[in-house]
Formats: sequence, structure tokens, C-alpha cells
Amino acid sequence: MTALSIRHLSKTYASGVQALRDISLDVEKGEFFALLGPNGAGKSTTIGIVSSLVNATQGEVTVFGHSLERERGLAKKLIGVVPQEFNFNQFEKVGDIVVTQAGFYGIPRARALQQAEKYLRKLGLWEKRNSQARQLSGGMKRRLMIARALVHEPELLILDEPTAGVDIELRRSMWDFLTELNGQGKTIILTTHYLEEAESLCRRIAIIDHGTIVENTDMKSLLEKLQVETFILDLAQPVSAAPVLNGFEVRLRDARTLEVAVPKTEALNSVFQQLAAHDISVMSMRNKANRLEELFLRLVERNLPGEASA
Amino acid sequence: MSLQEQWVAFLTILTKEIRRFLRIWPQTLLPPAITMALYFVIFGNLIGSRVGEVGGFDYMQYIVPGLIMMSVIQNSYGNVVSSFFGTKFQHSIEEMLVSPMSSLVILSGFVAGGVARGLAVGAIVTCLALFFTDLRPEHLWLTLLVVLLTSVLFSLAGFINAIFANSFDDISIIPTFVLTPLTYLGGVFYSLDQLSEFWRGVSLLNPVVYMVNTFRYGILGVSDVNVWISLGAIITITAGMFCFCLWLLQRGVGIRH
Repeated sequence: MTALSIRHLSKTYASGVQALRDISLDVEKGEFFALLGPNGAGKSTTIGIVSSLVNATQGEVTVFGHSLERERGLAKKLIGVVPQEFNFNQFEKVGDIVVTQAGFYGIPRARALQQAEKYLRKLGLWEKRNSQARQLSGGMKRRLMIARALVHEPELLILDEPTAGVDIELRRSMWDFLTELNGQGKTIILTTHYLEEAESLCRRIAIIDHGTIVENTDMKSLLEKLQVETFILDLAQPVSAAPVLNGFEVRLRDARTLEVAVPKTEALNSVFQQLAAHDISVMSMRNKANRLEELFLRLVERNLPGEASA
Repeated sequence: MSLQEQWVAFLTILTKEIRRFLRIWPQTLLPPAITMALYFVIFGNLIGSRVGEVGGFDYMQYIVPGLIMMSVIQNSYGNVVSSFFGTKFQHSIEEMLVSPMSSLVILSGFVAGGVARGLAVGAIVTCLALFFTDLRPEHLWLTLLVVLLTSVLFSLAGFINAIFANSFDDISIIPTFVLTPLTYLGGVFYSLDQLSEFWRGVSLLNPVVYMVNTFRYGILGVSDVNVWISLGAIITITAGMFCFCLWLLQRGVGIRH
């Protein structure tokens, strides 16, 4: 079943900026989907339209078969949204924010309190339930928005850059939480600047740029498009210059580290054979982060006509 | 949403609004009580004793209904304009916009919050007035109906102000330069019979005159205008404003891109 279907969606703001140009997109039930794009590409506008915060100029959105235009109430019940910016009353108590949100979905207070407790505990905020939201740290505020978005048990969770400004430890724990939710059957769509995040979490990906979808495929197929993979080699002894390896591009990062670009058509053995011939020993090797980033930049650069974006 | 779910959502907004104005009671409930107590002492007692009778009542009795109505008007308006603009300013309006609540539920919730504060302040001012004069409503149901309608009307007016406001200046300009002159010149402190023909005609263009006089008729049994025409006009204007607010919300004016 299709969780989210977007058809011929366009948005032109009153300023004349064309943020979306006839985009179409399907997200299947149970998918973990990433929507990537540079700043101003149209990611937040797309999410804004799906979450009813932005009026579309044209096009149609359906959520689990319910039209956002004609069956707005039914469609909205199925969506939970975690926006990019903090959008709660900073002076309200953490518990009240979550319980009130449940009330907006028509959930009676007794059940709202249970739901709020369930998600505040899961996200490590139960001890802060009586604190004002403004007293929370940035990471806690972001978790509060996730608890608020989940309190009515939506089938589709949309997160707009959920880990922006969050430290690595917290980011990892949020990834685990989102993976757990996805494992329970929730469909998740996220936009992110951290391409590593998309690569680790998402099975499908769409790249949006200048208001158009430039790529929409599964992660494996996308990464297969990479013709070259870059490896970082840690050397046993320092070298003064990058060795010349036949068929490979080599760069000296520092005296003990080499960066080697390996075409998909070449075997890694050849790299080690040639390094051994230069009397260079390799102590360890790792993939350069981030493969997706390389591809992303290539796709976006290919689509750089110098047009206005939103 | 089912009817029951809509009712829960409406109660959620109303409770949130009541909790908000109770939490900041030194800003919401205390100031009108102090201001009105000063009006009663200065205008009612000190100056009023020299004014003599107006419309067959001593001055204190005559101005009390107007002062109660003035506090209801100002607080109903003030509650909705500040609360709704606050949700816009902090973007917490998005919490409501992403939910399945209808525009009708959102509007009704905010208006009910404004009415709750207006009536709470009206009740406080009425209790204070009892220390200074005797109040026995001549037409109880009319009194309650007109105070409720006026509260709804000015809550809607505050909502419209908040929808179009882009800054905190925008939510103080209308109350300062429009609402205050209209209420002070709305027959709170004087009878229209005391004015010249010209100024009486001008005063009849002021909608607050009709609300204050209908309320005064409910309590004292005297009015400068026909109360039934006034009541009809108040109901018509309130219904018209409610439809306008609903249209603004559904179009997303001032709240959606």
C-alpha cells in the first residue's frame, strides 16, 4: 500500500519564487525514506504541503489513500510531523505540550496522559515532564517534538532534519529509536543534511534540487551509480610524496595517510601490489565518508542551471 | 473527526486558554479589578456625588453597567488577540494546523477562551461594584445574553486583529487607538440625552453604545436606544464576524504560506 502519494505538486510563493515544479513521488507503507537536497531545494516546502502548513499551488497529495484535499481529517490523523524549527510554546510544561497535542487529535485526557507518559519515557523526558520547555537543552527539545508527533500514534512519521544541531551520541540514539519505530511498521520520511544518516537509515531515497526530483530510487541502486570509491590508507612508515599507482588516483593527506580513488572496474589487490613495490606497508584501511555525499554532489552539480530556488 | 473527538479538541483549546490567563493572573485578572475599583471610587463616589442623578439613578448606579461592559469588552478582545498572536509568533499554531481539527473547532476554542476571560473579569468587577452600590438586574436573561454576545463579538474582533498582525505593535494599535476611544465614548459615563443633537447622531454610529445601553437596560431598565434593535444588530454583526473569521482561517490568511 502507498503511504504517501504526491502527484504533480507545484508551489509558487507570493514572492514569485517557484519552490516546487511538478513533482511526483510515492512512498510505500513501512518504508524508511530519505528526501535529500541542498538548502532551498524544496524539501521543507514539500513537507509543509504534506503537513498542511503550506498551501499547494497545484497537485494532489494522498495519505494511505485519503486525499489531503477532500478527506483532510482522515489524512491528517495518519501523519505525525517533527518540524525543523522548535514550534511549541516555550513557557508551557513538557507534559502539557504532549497531552495538549493529543487533545487536538480528539484523544480523551485519560488516554492522552497514558500516551504522553509512554513516549516521554521512551525519549528520556519523563523526569522533565513538569519543566518548562524553554529549560530543556536543544537535544531534549528535539526529542520533545518527536514525542509530540507520536502521541496520536500516526502511521506516517515525517521528520524535517531531526538531528540538526544534535551531538553524535544523541544522534545515534535517535537513529536507534527511529529504526525501532520503522521496525514496528511505521512509515518514516526524513529530510536531512547528514548524508551518512540517510545512508545508515533509509532504504529508499529521493534527491530534490531546484524544486524538481533529480533522483528517486533505492539506496543500493543509487550507490551502485558511484563509479569510483575512495579509501583511506593508514601507513606503517611516513612517506614524503604520494606514490604513483598505475590506474589509480592517489593523494597524500599527511605523511602517514593516503587517499586512493579506486574505479569499480579495478581490483583492490592491484593497489596493495603496487604499494608493496614502492615499499609502503598499509596498517589499516577504511571507506572515505561519505560515499553518498560524493554522489549527491555530482547529481546536484549536474543540475545547476543558475536558476532561482526557494 | 467524530463529533466526540471534535468536542475533546474544543475542550483542549478552551482549557489551554483558561490555564493561560489563570497562570498570568497578575497581568490578566488583577489589573482590570484595580482599574475598575479606582473608577468606582473616583467617578462613582468622589465626583459622582456632585453629578447628581442620571436617567433617574444616582451616578454610581448609572455607570456601573457600562464599566462592567467595558471590562468585558477589553478583556475578551485582549485575551484572543494576545493568545492567538502569541501562537503565531512562537509558531505553535502549527501544532493545531497539522492536527485534524477543523477551522470551526479552532475558532470556537479561541473565542470560548476570550469569553471565559471576559466573563471572569466581568464577574470580578460586578463583585467589586457590590461594595459601592446595589445591583438587582431588571431583566436577568437579557443581561446575560447581551454580555455573552458582546464577549463573543469582541473575541472575534481580537481574532481578526491577531490574524492580520505581524508584530506586537500591531496588536496594541487597535486596542489603544480604536477600542479605548469607542468604549470611553460609548455611553459608559454619560447618557446620550446629555449630548447635543449632532454629537448624539455621531454617538449612534458607535456600536459600543448599543451594547452598553442594552446591558444597562438589562440591569437598570433604562436605555438611550431601542434594545431590541440593538440586540438584533449585535447578533447580526456577531454572526457576520464569525463567518468572516472562519473564512480567514480556512484560507490560511496570516498563518499558512
